[in-house]
Amino acid sequence: MDLEKIKSEIEAAVPGCSVRIVLNGSPCGQHSLLLSRERAFDVAKFLRDDPELHLDYCSNVTGVDWLDSEVSEKVKVKQVVDGAEQEVEEIRKTRSPGYLEAIYHLYSMEKKHGPLVLRLRTENRTARVSLPSLTPVWRSAEFQEREIFDLYGIIFEGHPDLRRILMWDGFEDHPMRKDYVEPNDYEYEPTAHDVVLEKSMHARAIAGQG
Amino acid sequence: MDPELKIELSRQGIFTTTLEELYNWGRKNSVWPLTFGLACCAIEMIATTMARYDLARFGAEVFRPSPRQADLMIVAGTVTKKMAPQIVRLYNQMPEPKYVIAMGACAISGGPFKQGYNVLKGIDRYIPVDVHIPGCPPRPEALMDAFITLQKKIDAQHLTGADRPRHLNADEPSEFVVPEYGAHDLVPSKNLKLWNIIYKTTPNGPATAGEDGPGKD
Repeated sequence: MDLEKIKSEIEAAVPGCSVRIVLNGSPCGQHSLLLSRERAFDVAKFLRDDPELHLDYCSNVTGVDWLDSEVSEKVKVKQVVDGAEQEVEEIRKTRSPGYLEAIYHLYSMEKKHGPLVLRLRTENRTARVSLPSLTPVWRSAEFQEREIFDLYGIIFEGHPDLRRILMWDGFEDHPMRKDYVEPNDYEYEPTAHDVVLEKSMHARAIAGQG
Repeated sequence: MDPELKIELSRQGIFTTTLEELYNWGRKNSVWPLTFGLACCAIEMIATTMARYDLARFGAEVFRPSPRQADLMIVAGTVTKKMAPQIVRLYNQMPEPKYVIAMGACAISGGPFKQGYNVLKGIDRYIPVDVHIPGCPPRPEALMDAFITLQKKIDAQHLTGADRPRHLNADEPSEFVVPEYGAHDLVPSKNLKLWNIIYKTTPNGPATAGEDGPGKD
């Protein structure tokens, strides 16, 4: 699918929407569109209802947890060293805050084209984790958005029935987040190795004392 | 009764038996399992009941959709923490005598998903298991072997005496604690009456698992 063309069509149809093409460097080359949160719902409606695109089928919704990252790059800077001007390499570190991401894969049953990949990102991964729900546009997103809410903790605003789906209601935390700490309930097992062996030896030491 | 005398009598055309033999013979040849499957092991369980393997030859062709009519629970597949209370409740609703086969790596220990955030580390933490089958998933032959093992176990049960089965002993429990959902795990995380393996550490030697409490097969 020609993403440049779709991008300009979206920007013409939904004023005030920022669309960015996120390139995928891997051999599949499946590039995606990053939408702004505010107008994502209108964009989704446009993509479904536009007679040319007619993306009437949302096959998959999934989540990604991006941690805070630190990118270091080498920059050549001119500095005065011992009275003479020299080029010195300097390492600059830029911190980019993490976010949670929801990804939608769209196809058109009628036009036989797709997939178009949409990305929506939350402001951060702690307090402001809400995104507009696209379930009113594609009904098939309902359970998958519930799953993302359950496992990643993204709050989908406008979802008709946002409850946990895999874990039970009283469960704390979101187990697919990268900083999820599993409860240490290891027991000794003779075939374990590496981390499991370490944890189970600890459990055995406690059991041996008691 | 002396087995040789019994053979001798049967040669003379006299058939002798005991109430215990008749009772166990009847029970072991009509063990009706409960209809339910949890994961891929259930597909093998279904295959076992179909014409090629034909579990009906052993008297288990009728899968009952109600725990009130079932004698055997085949725990076929991964038991998630969310599913475990329902399984224990179904087991509690089955009338005595009742038996459990834990089928596959997941049902006996958690298998490849052990220590997963929503996976129970074996159903024998909550209900007493009669036969464990390893495998991922076990072949239908393995399930049939487990079934025959269970039949042998039923056949060997004595109706009286200290080693009589649980359903003839009024002091033994027939219902087990249904766990509740906690913040991260089930509460309690295991039934200590069933799962009380204490690991003894010996100096300069490997750890040995000492077990006390109800025996397991």
